[in-house]
Amino acid sequence: MQLIAFYILSTVVVLSALFVISSRNPVHSVLWLILSFFTAAGLLVLIGAEFLAMLLVVVYVGAVAVLFLFVVMMLDVDFKQMRKGFADYFVVGGMIGLALLAELAIIATAANTDQVRNFDPSPGADTNAEALSNVLYTDYLLLFQMAGIVLLVAMIGAIVLTLRHRPDVKRQNVGDQIARRRENAVEVLDVNPGQGASIRKENEK
Amino acid sequence: MQDVQPLVLDYLPVIIFFVFGLALCLAFLLLSAVLSPSNPDPEKNSAYECGFNPFDDARMKFDIRFYLVAILFIIFDLEVAFLFPWIFQVDAGNVEAFWSMMVFLGVLTIGFIYEWSSGALEWE
Amino acid sequence: MDILNDISVAGPEVLLVAVGLIGVLIGSLLKDAFNGLSRLLGALALAGAAFLAAGQSTGDAVSAFNGLYKITPFIAFAKTIAFGVAAVALLMAGEYLHRENMNKFEYTLLILFGCVGMGVMLSANNLMTLYLGIETLSLSSYVLAAFNRDSRRSAEAGLKYFVLGALASGLLLFGCSLVYGFTGFTGYEDIAASEQSLGLTFGLVLILMAMCFKASAAPFHVWTPDVYEGAPTPVVTFFATAPKLATVALLANTMFTVFGVYEQSWIIIVGAVSAISMLVGAFGGLAQNNIKRLLAYSSIANVGYALMGVAAGEVNGASAVLTYMTIYVLTSLGLFGVVLAMRRRDGQVESLSDLNGLSTSRPGLAVALTVLVFSVAGIPPMAGFFGKLLVFEAAIQSELYWLVAVGVLASVVSLGYYLKIIWAIWAKTTEEESLQPADSMVAVSIYGTTLLAFPVLVIWIGTIVTLINTTTAAG
Repeated sequence: MQLIAFYILSTVVVLSALFVISSRNPVHSVLWLILSFFTAAGLLVLIGAEFLAMLLVVVYVGAVAVLFLFVVMMLDVDFKQMRKGFADYFVVGGMIGLALLAELAIIATAANTDQVRNFDPSPGADTNAEALSNVLYTDYLLLFQMAGIVLLVAMIGAIVLTLRHRPDVKRQNVGDQIARRRENAVEVLDVNPGQGASIRKENEK
Repeated sequence: MQDVQPLVLDYLPVIIFFVFGLALCLAFLLLSAVLSPSNPDPEKNSAYECGFNPFDDARMKFDIRFYLVAILFIIFDLEVAFLFPWIFQVDAGNVEAFWSMMVFLGVLTIGFIYEWSSGALEWE
Repeated sequence: MDILNDISVAGPEVLLVAVGLIGVLIGSLLKDAFNGLSRLLGALALAGAAFLAAGQSTGDAVSAFNGLYKITPFIAFAKTIAFGVAAVALLMAGEYLHRENMNKFEYTLLILFGCVGMGVMLSANNLMTLYLGIETLSLSSYVLAAFNRDSRRSAEAGLKYFVLGALASGLLLFGCSLVYGFTGFTGYEDIAASEQSLGLTFGLVLILMAMCFKASAAPFHVWTPDVYEGAPTPVVTFFATAPKLATVALLANTMFTVFGVYEQSWIIIVGAVSAISMLVGAFGGLAQNNIKRLLAYSSIANVGYALMGVAAGEVNGASAVLTYMTIYVLTSLGLFGVVLAMRRRDGQVESLSDLNGLSTSRPGLAVALTVLVFSVAGIPPMAGFFGKLLVFEAAIQSELYWLVAVGVLASVVSLGYYLKIIWAIWAKTTEEESLQPADSMVAVSIYGTTLLAFPVLVIWIGTIVTLINTTTAAG
């Protein structure tokens, strides 16, 4: 039962990953990517890493893939133009891909069954999440805090690269509004008939 | 692999749900393709019977702010992901884990203060 | 308390993180008023971190954070130089950033956090620590490369660096997962003690590839000239000094400690990478007319020479690598200082022909540049010559004669472009107006490093080599 589920899920992962790179429409690519995330989450469930599976769904499907979709649907990029150089790079890229494939094949054949390790998904705990929590905040304190630093750097980087203040945008300044008094806002003029009133400009005050 | 078997049984409702969903989708697609009358002609197949042809592509230059908001969202999404397993330690009364998380949250709070004061959260 | 001990062992990084966080807070409060001050604060923090690391370079190897983090004298020495050089590079940036409208306190923060990543990856004693350290450094580097976001070339440099860097990170993770899968460990000591298998070798090769990418060794160098050309010059000054020394030291340390037992598997790969880097750096630089691109090829070649020391193995090569890289990054600091000083009234210039007639217009700068170029080319009696001598000696001791032959050939070829610079300075004349005077900090570092290249480091070369020898031997 479990073996069947594994083969079904891994076939779907590999096929959908293939469709990610081969489909002509980038929106379809992202949808295939989402499918492969989902099935990979299924694989994680199969080995007992439920927490990681749910994280994959929440973070990758819920946030990252949506951001991808956002970019490919909205951005003004000519995808046909981008595919033009494909044939030029195909030979070199294909060769590197083949080399990696050969490497994987060699490793797969070299891995004897006695070398196969059964990793316990939740050592010393009932669930995967609990096992993680037993070590993450204490034994792996350094890694946990470094993850925080990485997130902080990402935050600073995103703001440095993208945030622009437009000088021409009129913004509401509550303080100024409240500090406004009658004296500097209203001017009472005696207008003589037939002469009209000369209004001073704002910046002459 | 045998010992994980009960876990998969926990997910049986999910599997059944997915199977049903898939079956229903396929049934709708197939039935409508087979049963509905199909009598195409060029007029019916054209995009719209009145109005204009589109002037330009639907894709356009987009305000980068949308991405900034989305990226900042992902960062805090990840922060929450770290909070989930933490409850086990709080439940067990692990003081070290508690303060470890406080430092982590402190770092990201400083980031949040920076975000706020730099105006990244305001929409102009 | 255990945690206090951990914090004191990781002192340099903790200091940098603390100052970085305080910097974020002050920056949020003061905004633009903090821009200039932040560099001073950052440079002080980096100097403090260098001081703390220097204190550790005489002690024994200590590990902390449950064995995730380990400091050896070799690592502590590399950190001292890297942080010190980063402090100078940060101060040199000031006037340039101000002129080019990039004066933001985030620049300092990114350099600080990048240096935290540098320290953590150097001290890593576990593959997970290694990955997080490298990622922190890379993430800040990508943003720094694109820091001048209004310039197309800077944005392009950032994007190229990011895409290729992400690929290298992927290779690193793939390698780490293979190593973990086949040994069952991520800790360095455990990996070193586990039995060899084919999967482990493949993991090792993938990790090595990723590190070669980060150190810009050929054939993983393609990003280097474009990034060096496009990124703002102060950022390149940083890239070519502190992280360069750190990544080469990291590569050497990882190969020596984690995979020391499998020396036979990687010596030939590191040797080949070294040879290719030296040749690519030598021949690639010949056709360049942009001084930043030229220095990029020069740095590829120099990483090749340093890797020659790595290929010589821990016993013969460790101290040679460190000495070579120390001398190289100090010289490099001066060379990029000169690039920062190449400024006319209407802005920065970076073409080789802009150096024409420098000997008459700015004789002081001309002499300094000549000394620095001779040092980086390895011409006696400059400091760079002794660095090269040491790595050649190490390679000969390990009987890598073919590599030494390639090294000598590459040195001769690369003389071609180094002499082109000298020729432009002393023999050519120009109609153009002379260069503007260099900013004070830039001038200080140009002349300071010139003095180091000749004669300070040369006089004390014996002392330095003994110092580095004892630190590496203790590790």
